[in-house]
Amino acid sequence: MAGKNLLEKVWERHKVRTLPSGQDQLLIGLHLIHEVTSPQAFGMLEERGLSVAYPHRTFATADHIVPTEDVSRPYADPLAEKMLVALEENTKKHGISFFGTESGKQGVVHVVGPEQGLTQPGMTIACGDSHTATHGAFGAIAFGVGTSQVRDILATGTMAIAKPKVRRILVKGQLNEGVGAKDLILAIIGRLGVNGGLGYAYEYAGEAIEAMSMEERMTLCNMSIEGGARVGYVNPDETTYSWLAGRPYVKDDAAMRAFGDEVRSDANAFYDDEVVFQAEDIAPMVTWGINPGHVVPVDGQLPSLESLPEEERSTAERAYEYMGFAPGESMAGKDVDVVFIGSCTNGRLSDFREAAAVIQGKKVAPGIKALAVPGSQEVAKAAESEGLDEIFRKAGFQWRHAGCSMCLAMNPDKLEGRQLSASTSNRNFIGRQGSPVGRTLLMSPRMAAAAAIAGKVVDIRQTGGEA
Amino acid sequence: MNVTGIKGAAIPVRGNDIDTDRIIPARFMKCVTFAGLGAYAFHDERQNTDGSSKKHPFDDARWAGHPVLVSNANFGCGSSREHAPQALKDYGVKAVVAESFAEIFAGNCCSLGIPAVTLSSEDIQDLLTVIEENPQTEVNIDVDAMTVKLEGKEWKATMPSSHRNALLDGSWDSTGVLLEGKENVAATAAQLPYMK
Repeated sequence: MAGKNLLEKVWERHKVRTLPSGQDQLLIGLHLIHEVTSPQAFGMLEERGLSVAYPHRTFATADHIVPTEDVSRPYADPLAEKMLVALEENTKKHGISFFGTESGKQGVVHVVGPEQGLTQPGMTIACGDSHTATHGAFGAIAFGVGTSQVRDILATGTMAIAKPKVRRILVKGQLNEGVGAKDLILAIIGRLGVNGGLGYAYEYAGEAIEAMSMEERMTLCNMSIEGGARVGYVNPDETTYSWLAGRPYVKDDAAMRAFGDEVRSDANAFYDDEVVFQAEDIAPMVTWGINPGHVVPVDGQLPSLESLPEEERSTAERAYEYMGFAPGESMAGKDVDVVFIGSCTNGRLSDFREAAAVIQGKKVAPGIKALAVPGSQEVAKAAESEGLDEIFRKAGFQWRHAGCSMCLAMNPDKLEGRQLSASTSNRNFIGRQGSPVGRTLLMSPRMAAAAAIAGKVVDIRQTGGEA
Repeated sequence: MNVTGIKGAAIPVRGNDIDTDRIIPARFMKCVTFAGLGAYAFHDERQNTDGSSKKHPFDDARWAGHPVLVSNANFGCGSSREHAPQALKDYGVKAVVAESFAEIFAGNCCSLGIPAVTLSSEDIQDLLTVIEENPQTEVNIDVDAMTVKLEGKEWKATMPSSHRNALLDGSWDSTGVLLEGKENVAATAAQLPYMK
């Protein structure tokens, strides 16, 4: 008989019962909240006279709307200030721990959770944010949810959800020099499509994944949703346990390891589907269009409409029109206006080290606005203690305070007009970075850093960042 | 409230992969309630940066304000923001018909009692053509029978059975039914090493 995969094991441990609708009532062991998708949920609780069922398993931070330049209160934007005040009040009223800007621990929710050791193997985790799959890097089952589910989880500690199928993404071999987790996930989305993961959780496995650091695994799992998969995870191993050991909320190291070992996928586990990738085949990847599936190797050409499946052509046509690009053009050599290094995808210490190694001793090309935005105050502190902030500043980058920043531009960090941005974030949607006509090229931190120096998209394997 | 079906005229919004940033751009999410979001639904698809109209179906008198939204594949992909279906709902959308939906978006629609049903690609093409040519055509989404009907036409629709059941029995507003399991929840939590 086939064994069980991690999702099945975690699901069994957290399933409360089958609901009359056929969905499962699933216990959520860790609920992370932020200022954008929680105030309405607290409002709904208020209306219904309900309280928070598990306040000690609920944690809050502020990330989407926080400014990264002038962080003095009240914020210049009264709406942003109002949202932050609402979160401060709601967390205080319900006894929820809040990592605010004064705490020294504030940051992007998906950076803060793991960093504090809140995220642990075998947990179910939910947050009103689609990039919650990031936490799957630790062998947790983590969902992005809407505000009505935030309400349900606050009120009951559970949510109604159907169990997804599991597709194993087996990555054999080892990634080449200059190629990282960001390139791998973009390549996966490029091949399986932006809705290829619909109804599935992705289990990332194989030698290349086992060799990855925790931060790389987080980058990988983070973008599962961009491939249509609501959940992505990696089986916990020694890398996971060592990374977590000693973090503030890891109270019992042995229990954490035991639970992680218990929920690991069995060697003979059943999967609904399996797809194999060869790591050596993957090049640094860059997006050219209006969704993360519009992606090519940096040394490639933009695809002809005829080469695409028929159902993808109309979106691709719209993408070419919006981006002002044409089929057959080279990806390398596109002039960029803005470089953004940060976000829940690539805003961790290793991302800034990687980018710093590229820009050290060099200068950002004239006319380029370059932002480095740490994913959390802890990341900022660690980077500053290594002198990374100085490397960025000397090169001509702005070194900012922690937040989501220009990934979705809910704060003052926005593209202007049709600016083209080389960005380490996760979405190149129309208007995503704050200008309704702004344009985004997604890539890894080292590629974005190289683009800042060259002023255009370059192949990190050839240039090492030289123009 | 049981949602057994929606009848009304439709709005054609053509395109695959229409993401939730397009349905409600992030800058309009600076709010602490969902009230009034309908004014910003598809904002940047409706207006040029100079404020002039792009003649989006949401502003075109032939379709504006109709309760059934029809689109193509992977509708509602991207961000989990419930602001997207809330904005559509506030605008007046009561049901969405598409070739496929992103999972979180479909779940959010269900949570709001909005049927999100899928038809085959061919049937969507037919439906879009009909409503573009005859904007006042009444579309009947029958959640119980899982069909989409027009005068003289009937298509087999699909949606996750759990969403269908929740709409039909009223448990789409899920807090009540989840609260009923309170003791089972405590028992499940007690068995988890990290919840102790």
